[in-house]
Amino acid sequence: MIDIGLGHYLTLGAVIFSIGVIGIFLNRKNIIVILMSIELILLAVNINLVAFSIYLGDLAGQVFTLFILTVAAAEAAIGLAIIVVYFRNSGTIRVEEIDKLKG
Amino acid sequence: MIAHAIFFYTFSIIAVVSAIMVTASKNTVHSVFFLILDFISISCLFIMIGAEFLGMIMLIVYVGAVAVLFLFVVMMLNVAQQKNQWFSGQQSSRHIPVGLIISTLIFFEIIIVIGGWKYKPEIFDINNSVSQASISNTHSLGQILYTDYIHVFQISGMILLVAMVGAIVLTFRQRLGVKRQSYIKQISRERAEGVEVLEVQSNKGVKLDD
Repeated sequence: MIDIGLGHYLTLGAVIFSIGVIGIFLNRKNIIVILMSIELILLAVNINLVAFSIYLGDLAGQVFTLFILTVAAAEAAIGLAIIVVYFRNSGTIRVEEIDKLKG
Repeated sequence: MIAHAIFFYTFSIIAVVSAIMVTASKNTVHSVFFLILDFISISCLFIMIGAEFLGMIMLIVYVGAVAVLFLFVVMMLNVAQQKNQWFSGQQSSRHIPVGLIISTLIFFEIIIVIGGWKYKPEIFDINNSVSQASISNTHSLGQILYTDYIHVFQISGMILLVAMVGAIVLTFRQRLGVKRQSYIKQISRERAEGVEVLEVQSNKGVKLDD
């Protein structure tokens, strides 16, 4: 309990990942919160990679965390641009009212 | 060791609570602020276990850019008033057990994998080991990022460029009826279309705009 090891960080990553998945499923608000949940999931993956990288002494994990950071930033920019365009066209971004694709 | 434990539990409890609040808070602006708090505490954890460069990059990229972008869009789209009806709506309540079941399944799968995981040092060939203690984390990261991973690094730069172009193309719109300055028009004006020499008769004047 006092001795913090790799398992503690992996458990923290698992908890944050699960909270992100819960956020995607339970969201009844707008679609921006779903994007934020995806950011939480990517953050959990980053925690796992950094913890393995530190405890195994291999720097490749931190390099891949940098690339995940890049992809997350690009994804957030594109997703928010799509949301802005959708809001401009249809006037709502509530999750249950987005049904233009009849999905 | 005890200080490590204290800091780990403090920051991880803050991170988990703020992650819950991101999904559960009624106001979208509040959930963006909780997202910022989550990123800050996770980057404190990164700095604490020795990945200082990544912690600082997380602060700069996530808190400085991504979260502010989220905040911008939330305030621009004026969705902060749309209240959250999680447990009140009838048709929305059937999503809750499905989400809870799936996420607890995922959580226990990950926990089982973590519990059964063992590190075998004899089959693990470390290529990019954290070498000397004299070189800082940033130095050693840069030494392998710009040599072994240079192509991946440049591809990630291309991804950022494509994302930037895509975001601009998606949100750009040409408004009608807005007067703009056009340099090429200004520069390429000739004397013939700007000045006209008239023969003015006395007591008649010149009529413009005909």
